[in-house]
Amino acid sequence: MKIIHCPLNGPRNISEFVYGGEVVDMPDPASASDAEWADHVFLENNTRGVVREWWLHVATAYWFIAERDTANEEIVRTYPSSDIFKERVTFAAPDEEQGTS
Amino acid sequence: MPFGLLKYGLRRRYPARRDVPVATELKPSYDVVIIGGGGHGLAAAYYLAANHGITNVAILEKGYLAGGNTARNTAIIRSNYLTPEGVRFYDESVRMYQELSNELDYNILYSERGHLTLAHTDGAMRTSRWRAEVNKHLGVKSELIYPDEVARVCPQLNMSSDVRYPIMGALYHYPGAIARHDAVAWGYAANAARRGVEIHQQTEVTGILKEDNRVTGVETNRGVVSCGKVLQAVAGHSSVMAGMAGFKLPIRTIPLQACVSQPLKPFLDPIIVSGSLHVYVSQSDRGELVMGGSTDPYTLYSTRSSLDFKEGLMGHMLELFPFLSEVRLLRQWAGLADMTPDFSPVMGLTPIVNYYVDSGWGTWGFKATPVSGKRMAETVATGKVPDILEPFRLDRFDTFEQVGERGAASVGH
Repeated sequence: MKIIHCPLNGPRNISEFVYGGEVVDMPDPASASDAEWADHVFLENNTRGVVREWWLHVATAYWFIAERDTANEEIVRTYPSSDIFKERVTFAAPDEEQGTS
Repeated sequence: MPFGLLKYGLRRRYPARRDVPVATELKPSYDVVIIGGGGHGLAAAYYLAANHGITNVAILEKGYLAGGNTARNTAIIRSNYLTPEGVRFYDESVRMYQELSNELDYNILYSERGHLTLAHTDGAMRTSRWRAEVNKHLGVKSELIYPDEVARVCPQLNMSSDVRYPIMGALYHYPGAIARHDAVAWGYAANAARRGVEIHQQTEVTGILKEDNRVTGVETNRGVVSCGKVLQAVAGHSSVMAGMAGFKLPIRTIPLQACVSQPLKPFLDPIIVSGSLHVYVSQSDRGELVMGGSTDPYTLYSTRSSLDFKEGLMGHMLELFPFLSEVRLLRQWAGLADMTPDFSPVMGLTPIVNYYVDSGWGTWGFKATPVSGKRMAETVATGKVPDILEPFRLDRFDTFEQVGERGAASVGH
């Protein structure tokens, strides 16, 4: 059975987790062109090798980051998303932000 | 009798026929290089030679002939799709398959069985009716049928309402069929080779040569080959190959596992599919039950097998056919499916001039082998995308014009 080391819950069976795709930077929705946005939404690097990915431990609704080798399924490293996301990411449209502040 | 055979076999008048000649050295240049010696690449080579008279063609295959997904699918052929674009495309493929043994003079063991897509929920019933109406509108024989009719078509099914997902009805697709997948590839290979196409196995493409955004050749582990045009047909490694050429695809590579049981006496005529239970099963001519489930839950370039797959699949198989509980698995395997967001292929032109792509075949590639070969050959030969391929172009994602076939996929919901 494949085991993932969850940063919150320790080693758990992979069937308790959900794959959330590669960690990629989101273009600014307010200024991105249609082509940039389509690239972000649909096109994939689909790398064969070590990829930094979002994973969810379903039972505890805990999202974290795993570095996984897509060539041989080895999970190299897992860590909390706070290790790379140091600031809060807001998704509000620019005018909404101004209205509420 | 045995001595008669021996005499026959030793006579020089009846030499053994070799379908695919042993490849010689690579030539320095070809009109067309096809990357990938699977069903799609071989079919494209055959139609390039047969329909367009282009025979200075090399197929470069990094492994052995048809050893990838062509050897790993569950050989189901159907056209009961959801979108008009999809139905038209796959219907052309089914019609070509029906004549393929004659055209290739190679028996592909085409076996028309009828295809039942079971519905266990109101939502699945609604989608089945939708698909039936779209199919009939385009001249494809599909009907929505109810439990009494399902039990008549396949009396072996467990129709009890005392299960987790009782059968409420099914989409009955009359022309649904299976075929010998290896024979399809060998038939195309033999006929392409007879017309002068070179098939080079153990020849891996390691780079794409370009000049001003125009492809000029390929680098391989056996040296550089220059060429006028390139067709990429590499299934699970589509993204890797496109990366060498210098563009991205809307594809995630995800393993799809399948298995066969020990051979049994013939008892199951139709092909049975359940999207809700993630099961599809048919009985091969050898008597083995060929079974598959949904794709794995995450991307991977490995054809390993997992216990999760077998447990999940068998649980659902036993709900449909409880009497199989003592039957053993004979073997299992996995293939690399190149899954697209809309469950339709990505075919045609690319950002690189004279570089054509045949990819995004996810879990629906085998049934499209003849039509994609024929139409990609047409695209490569003329440089123009035929109308029937237009909906599957790569830049549909830029214009948000996807061809949503998820509801018609057997698996991966």
